[in-house]
Amino acid sequence: MSTFNRRTVLRGMLGGSAISVALPLLDCFLDSNGDALADGTPLPKTFVSWFQGLGFQPTFWEPKTVGANYTFGRELRALQPIQSKVNIVSGLKVFVDSHAANAHISGPQGCLQGGLEHPNLPTIDQIVADSIGTRTRYRSIEVSCDGSQQAFSRRSATAVNPGQPSPAALYADMFGGGFKDPNAAEFTPDPWTMARASVLSGVKDDRETYMKRVGASDRARLDEYFTALRSMENNLQVQLEKPAPMPSCSNPKGNSFETPQGLLVEEVRQTHRLFAQLLAHAMSCGQTNVASVNLAGSLSNMRRPGAQQTFHMYTHEEQLDPVLGYQKDVEWFSNQVAETLVEFVRAFESIKEGKGTLLDRSLILYSTDTGYSRTHSLENLPLIMIGNAGGAFKTGVHVKASGDSITRVGLTAMQALGVPVGSWGVESNNTSKTITEFLA
Amino acid sequence: MKSFRSPRRAALLAGAAVIAATTAFAVANFPSVNAAQEVTSAAAGDNARMRRLTPEQYQRIVNDVFGGDIEIRGRFEPIPRVSGLLEVGSGQVALTAAGFRQYYSIAQGVAAQALDATHRDILVPCKPATPTGADAACAQQFLSKIGELLYRRPLFPDELAKQMDIATKAATSMKDFYAGLTLSLESMLVQPQFLYRQETVVASKTMPGTSELDAYSKATRLSFFFWDSTPDRLLFEAARDGSLDTPAGLKKQVDRLVASPRLEDGMRAFFTDMLNFDQLDLVAKDATLYPNFTREASDDAREQTLRTISHHLVNQNGDYRELFTTRKTFLTPMLGSLYRVAVVNDKPNGYPQKWSAYEYPEGDQRVGILTHASFVSLHSHPGRTSPTLRGKAMREVILCQRVPDPPPNVNFTVLQDTTNPLYKTARERLNAHATEAMCTGCHKITDPIGLALEHFDTDGSYRQSENGASIDTNGMIDGKAFSNSSSLGQVVGQLPAATSCLVNRLTAYGLGRDASRSQAGWTKQLQGSFAQNGYRVTDLMKTIAGSPEFFQSAAN
Repeated sequence: MSTFNRRTVLRGMLGGSAISVALPLLDCFLDSNGDALADGTPLPKTFVSWFQGLGFQPTFWEPKTVGANYTFGRELRALQPIQSKVNIVSGLKVFVDSHAANAHISGPQGCLQGGLEHPNLPTIDQIVADSIGTRTRYRSIEVSCDGSQQAFSRRSATAVNPGQPSPAALYADMFGGGFKDPNAAEFTPDPWTMARASVLSGVKDDRETYMKRVGASDRARLDEYFTALRSMENNLQVQLEKPAPMPSCSNPKGNSFETPQGLLVEEVRQTHRLFAQLLAHAMSCGQTNVASVNLAGSLSNMRRPGAQQTFHMYTHEEQLDPVLGYQKDVEWFSNQVAETLVEFVRAFESIKEGKGTLLDRSLILYSTDTGYSRTHSLENLPLIMIGNAGGAFKTGVHVKASGDSITRVGLTAMQALGVPVGSWGVESNNTSKTITEFLA
Repeated sequence: MKSFRSPRRAALLAGAAVIAATTAFAVANFPSVNAAQEVTSAAAGDNARMRRLTPEQYQRIVNDVFGGDIEIRGRFEPIPRVSGLLEVGSGQVALTAAGFRQYYSIAQGVAAQALDATHRDILVPCKPATPTGADAACAQQFLSKIGELLYRRPLFPDELAKQMDIATKAATSMKDFYAGLTLSLESMLVQPQFLYRQETVVASKTMPGTSELDAYSKATRLSFFFWDSTPDRLLFEAARDGSLDTPAGLKKQVDRLVASPRLEDGMRAFFTDMLNFDQLDLVAKDATLYPNFTREASDDAREQTLRTISHHLVNQNGDYRELFTTRKTFLTPMLGSLYRVAVVNDKPNGYPQKWSAYEYPEGDQRVGILTHASFVSLHSHPGRTSPTLRGKAMREVILCQRVPDPPPNVNFTVLQDTTNPLYKTARERLNAHATEAMCTGCHKITDPIGLALEHFDTDGSYRQSENGASIDTNGMIDGKAFSNSSSLGQVVGQLPAATSCLVNRLTAYGLGRDASRSQAGWTKQLQGSFAQNGYRVTDLMKTIAGSPEFFQSAAN
């Protein structure tokens, strides 16, 4: 961390003499494999919460066997080529207790917040970010691929993270003018960034004065304002320090990140591809360690050109094929979702780090809202975890649970990522049972 | 950031830099120290809820203060709708790290534009002694003046000192006076005093024993209620000299606010919020099935309704209930093609106004704002209509009634049974669905009124039939029968819930919260006076703003 006083910096260093730090060659910082720093510190773990509503049709996604070397059901067959990297859990549910089960809302509440109708509970990604996201330029990134600003991420009821819907805007913010190449030999802090860090620090120091000037009912919200401000200040502070070298970092400049935004499946997928590429680069460059991806929401209105019905409408209105026993149009959408998830994983695999890839130090958690969207069921939700979480996970395993709470998945993910948590979830969704079969 | 569609917009864009500068100068000429002390002493009381600025308010303030040509570059963190209104949600929402980042990025863009070479001479009322260093006196003139407009009250001495300190240090170290001002200004734009409308409560001068907003908070509440923007110079004056705390002074300001052409901004902002028109930005229709529903058509549809409302309520001072029955509206050639009516532009050649007044003939079904493409397309699916969504919106948005959420574990077997005949119309599909006992209750609330609009397809165009079957628009609401969209509009407008809903929404919009339990008598009175005044919304707004209750804190 910084050792200089920012005010001194503002007074003394901004006068045109920007610091120019000559550094040893990149290689000296990395060990011979390129997957850890030379002092043996492994590259950081990263986490992605990847959400798409409406799930998959029961009995048509679950592997028939448990343990390793399983085969996916037909709805998830797109994942077969990456099976060795994929852990899958079946048989988990969301306990409703005395709450009113709310179609499409209770599922993500249970899986990502650990309980129903406790709007102040933070989502897993934010808990993880408190642990592994504090030293990066962005504490976490939330994106939305359907043109909305919906993301399944929040710190509290009043601080619900918006999803960035535009890959071009994310690119400009992250890899535009403010980007500092972690592998550059020279590092020159930006005088405006220095000044801004100082200014925000000054605002933060006046917190108590602010608090006195608002009523009791507003203090909690003002407190969240200052949390957000501190996060921004930290972001600026990180930009003033010479970043740790990242062996595979590259700026994806030269690519177009413009995308036609809309709810046609191909539009959603194209936006998703760009975000996948951006997030993989962001993590390979140490810009963030935590991300949330909303593909197209829980009440998903993804659709095909020329169709009257959307994905969501098909799940309720399409007749079961009398021979096959499932909804055929729904399966078309399910296959699209599975293919899209694979594209996300491939983007992480395309970043080579030493002998492996970015996926090895990542954990990608797929979650959804229903076990059977046709009836809004909260039983047997499909849960998928991809990547080795920096060596914490072994992969390629199917675990069949018998009616435990879905929170086992979140707990397992958090522990794998190093969050010090022994149990998680509220009411009947509280659990201290990790999915030990996944742990390395 | 979507652009504003007000007719005043063009004028604002053209001349706002000068207008804003004039306003700003005028405010700067008032001594601010006494007023600041007065507020400081009041600040110890329990304040009202603070409300975060909506994106539209942010944009309007920036344009009012810095000029109409200042662009907002970026996207704002969304505000949730609570009790039917973003204005109420804005009183409950905090800020996320991502949201702060967005605000900061936007603030940097605004400050850079406001102090660039073309704007600084208009907005900064003085020239620095040297452009390559600090000039405390000149910085103070700018920061105290702009600060008042942004914080909606004079700055406290410590606040001004802090902003001065930022400007001075940065100007010195960066050897640039305007860089100092830029850093100071962008920091003001992310501070809670600007981002949140904070209100201060003092002992009431008119109702002893109770508390009310202080004069600056009153000015702010009034100006956002009527104009959806920050107070102007005259309102500041009335707050500063104490006249706003007197009944006569308050009446004078309210009359002035209502008489101003800016009332239209306020009226449009309220109805945009009440009718959920912010969500129209996300509405898209299938391009193969509905090629006429382009982005431009959707924007025009929103503008059509807002123009109709504004013309009827502001220009004509018309009866609110007639919004549901009026045959008069405004159309563009684009909407003419969607509605399949001839829009004759009788303006002289080259006249840039694309809007024409249009009156539907007697007996036409396109009657009232509920039949506009804005309403019917917003509450539909991308590929077909939804009587349920339309009925739900009528219940919740127009009548302030709550429709329960759909239950879990719905049984869709009837709808999915292959032995059933193919359902051609929405009514047939919904009837089949509603044979399920668990679904019937709610669908009875929503579907009959939604089905009355079935002649209007998901894109707002008219259709005689669906899949070759004729459309039946007969139904009942609360015991009153209607036969089509035209008689539905008449029935809806006459429902007591329609007018009481407007009173409740407008009150909550002004207060930033639902009226408190102890204010139930007041809202009842307002309903009475609304009826007495022939359901004129501007009169209702005057009555609301003229009541002591409007300035009471939530604690009362």
